[in-house]
Amino acid sequence: MADKSQICSIWLGSETGILKGVSLTKKQAFNFCEMSCLSRDQEVCVMAWGDPHESEVLLGSVNGTVKTFSTDKGIFTATRECGDPSQGRFTGLAVTDSSMITCVESGLLKVWKEGSTETVEVNVGNGICRMRQNPSQRHRVATGGKENPLKVWDLERPDKPIFTAKNVAHDWLDMRVPVWVRDIGFIPDSDKIVTCTGHHQVRVYDPSTPQRRPVLEAQFGEYPLTALSLPASQGTVVVGNTHGELAMLDLRKGLVRGCLKGLAGAVRGLQCHPSLPLVASCGLDRFLRVHSLEDRSLQHKVYLKSRLNCVLLSSRELESSSADLSGDVEEVKAEEDVDEVWDTMETVTEKAKKRAVQKDEATVTGKKKRKLVKK
Amino acid sequence: MDSTESTTSESVAKKKGKTKKLKRNVKPVKDPVQEMDQAEGEATETKPVSGVCFPPTFSVSEIKNKQRRHAMFLKFKEEKRKQKLELKKKKKKERKALGDEAPPKEVPKTIENQRIYDETTVNPEDEEVAFDEGTDEFSAYFNRLTNPKVLITTSDRPRGRTVRFCEQMATVIPHAHVYYRRGLALKRVIPQCISRDFTYLIVVNEDRKVPNGLVLCHLPDGPTAHFKLSSVRLRKEMKRRGKEPTEHVPEVILNNFTTRLGHSIGRLFAALFPHDPQFVGRQVATFHNQRDFIFFRFHRYIFKNEKKVGIQELGPRFTLKLRSLQKGTFDSKFGEYEWVHKRHEMDSSRRKFHL
Repeated sequence: MADKSQICSIWLGSETGILKGVSLTKKQAFNFCEMSCLSRDQEVCVMAWGDPHESEVLLGSVNGTVKTFSTDKGIFTATRECGDPSQGRFTGLAVTDSSMITCVESGLLKVWKEGSTETVEVNVGNGICRMRQNPSQRHRVATGGKENPLKVWDLERPDKPIFTAKNVAHDWLDMRVPVWVRDIGFIPDSDKIVTCTGHHQVRVYDPSTPQRRPVLEAQFGEYPLTALSLPASQGTVVVGNTHGELAMLDLRKGLVRGCLKGLAGAVRGLQCHPSLPLVASCGLDRFLRVHSLEDRSLQHKVYLKSRLNCVLLSSRELESSSADLSGDVEEVKAEEDVDEVWDTMETVTEKAKKRAVQKDEATVTGKKKRKLVKK
Repeated sequence: MDSTESTTSESVAKKKGKTKKLKRNVKPVKDPVQEMDQAEGEATETKPVSGVCFPPTFSVSEIKNKQRRHAMFLKFKEEKRKQKLELKKKKKKERKALGDEAPPKEVPKTIENQRIYDETTVNPEDEEVAFDEGTDEFSAYFNRLTNPKVLITTSDRPRGRTVRFCEQMATVIPHAHVYYRRGLALKRVIPQCISRDFTYLIVVNEDRKVPNGLVLCHLPDGPTAHFKLSSVRLRKEMKRRGKEPTEHVPEVILNNFTTRLGHSIGRLFAALFPHDPQFVGRQVATFHNQRDFIFFRFHRYIFKNEKKVGIQELGPRFTLKLRSLQKGTFDSKFGEYEWVHKRHEMDSSRRKFHL
């Protein structure tokens, strides 16, 4: 079990309560669960990394329990009761240093401290669809839902939100535009927040400006947008809707850059890789798909037999993760190949050094040298 | 030369309206003429097939005269047919000669044979899929906790054919009730159905006086399937049909639903009918899936002896094609779709099927 969980680079939670780990390099998927005690009320609603080293996965289930799964050991290490099903499903799970933040649909946001049973409770309003944590400022969370506008909370001062979004102006029929925030994303290196709504709108808010209305609004498709993710490259956002349409939108003008094809069912979980231009999507059609963001092609497609609710990508390299594990036979063969590779490598590096020297010269001298280097 | 040419053209003109045989007789006269024009000194034989030598890049489509081109083409086809027959005879001879050692007969390729393997094909021993199916929205029916009760309605203001189709469906499906739509919104109809213990809602959509769509909604919170309906044949249009279907509960046959999606749809159809069929009635409803089209037939059978069965088709017949499967009750705008048919992505291969 431990070796299986160590090679998995993508973790998924399903409606049947099974945690699935997928290794793209070995092209295998593993189920981590106890088959005897499966039940529908263990359906996984939210998933989060338990620590920055990504050695623990936290799963929030419908029955109000949060389980901890260790990727090194390959077993569930802890279970914690964090609320009961009457308050609704989990809509957000996050971890700050030594405490866990949970949010449910009824709006009860709780901060659970390690070791102690006391909690800090905040009521963020009814009908919450999503709660997300700011990855750079981990004590700040944003919440939003149906008829519940985007609010950013600072957990050190939990009585009032530090930012509440204002609804846009009335539309061309002079009617109030309904609010339904489905997913939230924090744009890195800035204060801005992107949201996608159930009325197929993507909005960008900037709390640092006095304007509480969205800075940018874009529309995509005709169906509710259910998931959103921000890739490593700035200026774009990937959204998915209930019809299985995944699109990349440009955040400077609000235009659709391109669509990612292949999905047949509603997108439930979407995550971009922290460094590589890849996006993993899972949904109701029981498939995990990994697309490349540069050419919008499908890289991997894995059939996982249950409907999938959430996906978590580990930040390690998806392709080279197999280098760590190797059998004896493979090692022997690899060594021989490696020698050959190193032989060829040396000559290349010499040339590169030459080129580097040339480049330095080129900066000093004129255009002719530049042409030589370009070859 | 001129005289011969004029005779040929005259003969062609006279025999324009006549049969192929006459044209063929005309042919040997024509060909030598052409020959003499084109290739000098080449021997002309009476047999046009083997004697004619055309330049190697010649194709039938280069002849501008339609009649001559047609005749050439027919010759070409006949030659091909002869060759094929000869090949067949030879193979049969070889097969006879070998006797028992003959290699097995080759199976012809069909689209069903060449179907691309679908990775979602359900393995009967799969525990996870078994658990998923055991606890899904149909579990109440399959655990015998509820009995099916079906409400059949149409789109607003249906015309005669659709109305008759709905009535006939109601005779085929037990515990089915037909109600007039009256322009009511489905989202308001559904809570009322649930309160009156209905388990299914069928809406037959009509376009230009012909039913063309079917929405099948499993009621408490179940999936909604939207189908394209085609080839609807009412009872009076059926040839050699039997009498009216009786009130007995029919047996249900579900053929060829192999993939995970196919399983879901198969269960959707199975849950329309009550559990215990009354074999006294000798009626059977068949949902046969082939190439993603679902064919519905309703028969009455009778066993003449142990090996022979006679069947009589009663009841309406129609063909369905799945357009989308939505999780939850009917909500086309805000509902989440489990499967949507996307023509350009899914119909690109002729050998890929999804059900």
